[in-house]
Amino acid sequence: MTANADSENQVPWKNIWARLYPAAFSLLLALLISGLLLLVSGRDPIAAYKGLLSGAFGTGNRFTETLVKMTPFLILAISVSVSFRCGVWNIGAEGQLILGAIASTWAALTFGALPLGFLAPLTIIAAIIGGAIWSGIAGALKAYFNANEVITTSMLNFIAVYFLAYLVNGPLMDPEGFNFPQSPLIRESLELPRLLQGGRLNIAFIVALLLVAGALFYWRSAQGFRTEIVGASRRVARHVGLNVKSNIILVTVISGGIAGIAGWGEIFGIHLRLIEAISVGMGSLAVVVALLGELHPIGMAVSAFLFAALVVGGNAMERNAGVPFALVDVIQGIIILLILARSFIFRGRPS
Amino acid sequence: MNIDLITVAFVTGVLAASVRLATPILLTAVGEVFTERAGILNLGLEGTMLMGALGGFLGAYWTGNLWIGVLAAMVTGVIFGLLMGFISITVKANQVVAGLGITILGSGLSTLMFRLAFGLRSTPPTLDIFPTVPIPLLSDLPGLGPVLFEHNALVYLALILVPIAALLLYRTHFGLAIRAVGESPDAADTRGVNVSLTRYLSVIIGGALAGLGGGYLVLGSLGLFWTQMTAGRGFIAIAVVVFSKWDPVRALLGALVFGFASALQISLQTLRVPIASELLLMLPYIVTILVLISVSRRAEFPGAFVVPYYRGGEK
Amino acid sequence: MAPEILVQMKGITKRFPGVLANDRIDLEFCAGQVHGLLGENGAGKTTLMNILFGLYTPDDGEISVNGQSVVINSPTAAIALGIGMVHQHYRLVRPFTVTENIILGLDDGSPLLNLKTAACGVAEVAEQYSIRIDPLARVEELSVGEQQRVEILNSLYRDAKILILDEPTAVLTPQEADELAVALRGMVEQGKTVVFISHKLDEVIKVTDQVTVLRAGRKVFTSLTSDTSKNQLAREMIGRKPSDLKRTESAFTMALVGAGEEGGPAHHDKETAETQAALTVRDLHVRDDRGLLAVRGMNFNIQPGKILGIAGVDGNGQRELAEAITGQRRFDRGQVWVAREESTDWAPRDYIEHNVAVITEDRQAEGLILNFDVSRNAVLKIFRRKPFAHRGLLNVSSIVTFAQELIETFDVMTPGPHVAASTLSGGNQQKLVLARELSQSPALIIANKPTRGLDIGAAAYIHQKLADERARGAAILLISGDLDELLSLSDRILVMFDGQNMGALPLEETDLEKIGLMMGGTPQSDLGDRR
Repeated sequence: MTANADSENQVPWKNIWARLYPAAFSLLLALLISGLLLLVSGRDPIAAYKGLLSGAFGTGNRFTETLVKMTPFLILAISVSVSFRCGVWNIGAEGQLILGAIASTWAALTFGALPLGFLAPLTIIAAIIGGAIWSGIAGALKAYFNANEVITTSMLNFIAVYFLAYLVNGPLMDPEGFNFPQSPLIRESLELPRLLQGGRLNIAFIVALLLVAGALFYWRSAQGFRTEIVGASRRVARHVGLNVKSNIILVTVISGGIAGIAGWGEIFGIHLRLIEAISVGMGSLAVVVALLGELHPIGMAVSAFLFAALVVGGNAMERNAGVPFALVDVIQGIIILLILARSFIFRGRPS
Repeated sequence: MNIDLITVAFVTGVLAASVRLATPILLTAVGEVFTERAGILNLGLEGTMLMGALGGFLGAYWTGNLWIGVLAAMVTGVIFGLLMGFISITVKANQVVAGLGITILGSGLSTLMFRLAFGLRSTPPTLDIFPTVPIPLLSDLPGLGPVLFEHNALVYLALILVPIAALLLYRTHFGLAIRAVGESPDAADTRGVNVSLTRYLSVIIGGALAGLGGGYLVLGSLGLFWTQMTAGRGFIAIAVVVFSKWDPVRALLGALVFGFASALQISLQTLRVPIASELLLMLPYIVTILVLISVSRRAEFPGAFVVPYYRGGEK
Repeated sequence: MAPEILVQMKGITKRFPGVLANDRIDLEFCAGQVHGLLGENGAGKTTLMNILFGLYTPDDGEISVNGQSVVINSPTAAIALGIGMVHQHYRLVRPFTVTENIILGLDDGSPLLNLKTAACGVAEVAEQYSIRIDPLARVEELSVGEQQRVEILNSLYRDAKILILDEPTAVLTPQEADELAVALRGMVEQGKTVVFISHKLDEVIKVTDQVTVLRAGRKVFTSLTSDTSKNQLAREMIGRKPSDLKRTESAFTMALVGAGEEGGPAHHDKETAETQAALTVRDLHVRDDRGLLAVRGMNFNIQPGKILGIAGVDGNGQRELAEAITGQRRFDRGQVWVAREESTDWAPRDYIEHNVAVITEDRQAEGLILNFDVSRNAVLKIFRRKPFAHRGLLNVSSIVTFAQELIETFDVMTPGPHVAASTLSGGNQQKLVLARELSQSPALIIANKPTRGLDIGAAAYIHQKLADERARGAAILLISGDLDELLSLSDRILVMFDGQNMGALPLEETDLEKIGLMMGGTPQSDLGDRR
């Protein structure tokens, strides 16, 4: 069986801005609906949204924090978009991020004695390999056994979470960490350089932007073209001589590698050690960010920024306006449903 | 490892716990069997279970009646099932994305509504759960007694539901229609079966049972609600459905496997066994992938799985 | 004793975009008869019957059953009126048993299934009509012939008075076809009516009591079968008198006068022919998706600068043949050569690399990606090559320029290379496919129904282009259900029936009646003198 290749995700080379109108509309409508929800339960939506905005952009620090949160969202969204545009419903970004984090931390700890010039790139490569393998498993299972990738990747997500828990509670536990589930700190010199004074914005953000450029490059490449053909129609792909199986595997490997980089960013830029809750909820968020951004690199950058603002602002909103952070999840959910139903709403026909 | 702790009572305790831990998964999985047999993959189960948990809690808390809570849980589940149905059957959008959206919506909405209703308290509001009702005579059976016959009403309900579901699926016209619609909707359509209606009914059943599955966590197990309390059980239920090859009785076995794994990992900790609990927790997911591989190779998925139906075959 | 009229269809008209499928058709079906419905591809037979079965609604006209005027807007309504239909693609639930399939959707008053009673009921009905079937067998384990019996039984169980069979023997073995004929007789003796859609003349003569011929959407002939002959039916089906054969008289061929006339006499010397052939097929046996042999031992070759037309009604193995010789389908037996190289094991990619152009029969689902813009569609097969990709990166401007050239050269009506292919009309989409395929000056062109669904202007354009390619020296295999097309373009016509080569005729020797007979199943060797 195959999932319906969503042909709506084909993006013409130009015209991304026109395609973003429905997305923007969905966002606004979601905010409206959520606002109504708040009103109905006796809270003040205006205060809530004010809290949200100021929480995200109120001060310089908050703004950089928004960018910090944006980084993994954007990287994961790019990862998701590569698979989705090939018609592969890979929802394993969270697990792939975790494996990337594990692999890079392990490399940093095991080869800690190597000179920085070798070690630093080694950690990124390890992250890429970790994520790529984790994702590639699902791709191979789909290509050779026709195993539904939605189920395999979500199972792999859980396995990854438990694997991480196992490692930080066991083999990789910091011997001097008072039995906290965490790994030892990585070498200080490996910590990613900060971009600004204060705040946590580091070069992982630049890496994310580079990946946006990389994605744009990819979709202009022959391989990107192959990916889109397979995603648009397996029949046409075969007719024009493409090897569908190997393209599916390649695409999942690429997606996984990119997600692995997000894991690397979280460890070497933020946490500096392996911890259990490194990726909570990022998997489904990545899907929402990717879809709202129409699976286009720049669209996803904008969408990642908006969602980061929602998350950072949401935390502040909870503290200041007393509105639970969960509103942000509600907004996300409504957005997805609106995106899905939008062709129904806009044109009155099933998509 | 403390071997002397392994008494008969200990083992029966673990098995009994397995049944209880399996219940929410079992309920949800049986419902999803109907949904998937009709050709729809509902990835929104996790969100539906959470909403059902919330509905169950609010219903019981505000009326003081646990059974009203049960009803509320099921009704909430039906609403979310209908939402999924509308997007999959009428809008004919991508089921994978729809399901994920509903899960995200459900998990956020349930948390939000709970917070709006109760605010943030140091001691969360609680309920008295369904009491354990040992079945006379049967619960005195050695071994099997405490394992199967010393549970609360909801667990019994779940267990009875299995043969009822099997009956419905295999021995009624409705069940035949559901299986036909998932396998070959054009064959069903030609013979006068209303494909859309049948699919809607299947998501309603699935939603009601998933809501009940979430409701069980609150009303039959923990007595309170907290955010994300289902911890992935919705996805596990989907895995169980595949694992069970879309059969209610095998779904019971599948759910018990997961229940046992959970019970085991707790008990192994008590016994201080040197296998890390996290590795044990992985096992069900690994097994699911392996089963999925063998099932998919022989292409036993319902024929029209995940594909929206257009009469006349045009797109 | 006049037979009782069961169903009457009056003035039935049905239009689809660009085509008039049924044109004021009047037809009557009488009780207790097997009524054959004969016609070429596109004659409108299936459409007409789909209307009777409620899958389509007619734009005009009336249907009456048992003298009462009725409106049939769904299969359920048709079944309620006693009308049953067995399609070419069976609508069965494969994992279910025969009984489960038959009782699906039927209300017997109880919510519970009573399979045992139902199985007995099914067995009874089967007995009544002498249909051999095991009610408890699972459909997926049955042979195709047996599956057909399940479909027939399904209608009989629901008390069908009139049973429509669409090309029923297309996938049956000769023995199964005979059994079917016997079963049909049995039904008819019990007062049922059978409508037998077919293109096989022998069968129609043998099995039917009354026969009606449709051509281009209109009813052109009807008679008691005993009052007509195969030859007459063939003529009515094709509709052209032998004197219409001259190419210059056909509207299509006007533009082609002078092209290909110097093609010369057919090559009778097989040996020399093969060594120079652009495509050689030997003893080809290909199975279809159901595992049945669709191509049974085809042999032919095509010389450079020649067009070989393959005539035949749809479903006689043409699709499988086309797929096999372009690497899209594996085959058990036989060899294929492209020029001097054996291409038996080639993948589609290899054919592309060896400059074999393929114009597929399904431009929308296989030839083009409708959501992509015109320029991307133009390079679907060649984007890896030099000007279009450099070091892995696509050179957009060269692709766009290339597409622009194609649009101009092939006169594709479109605002430009940037619009989505879905905005092009059918004719222009096909021109785009043609442009793409011909742009690399292929040595061999496989054209499968290249003008399907196109208007006269677009079709004529495509014919001209193919003729130009022939003049350039390309070899062309033209598979088509449209005899006019074949007659106007081919140097030789090979008729395919039931996966086999019924015979090949150079154009000068072709006469329509012969072709009609071959298309209906008579091998060339059996063609006697005209009666």
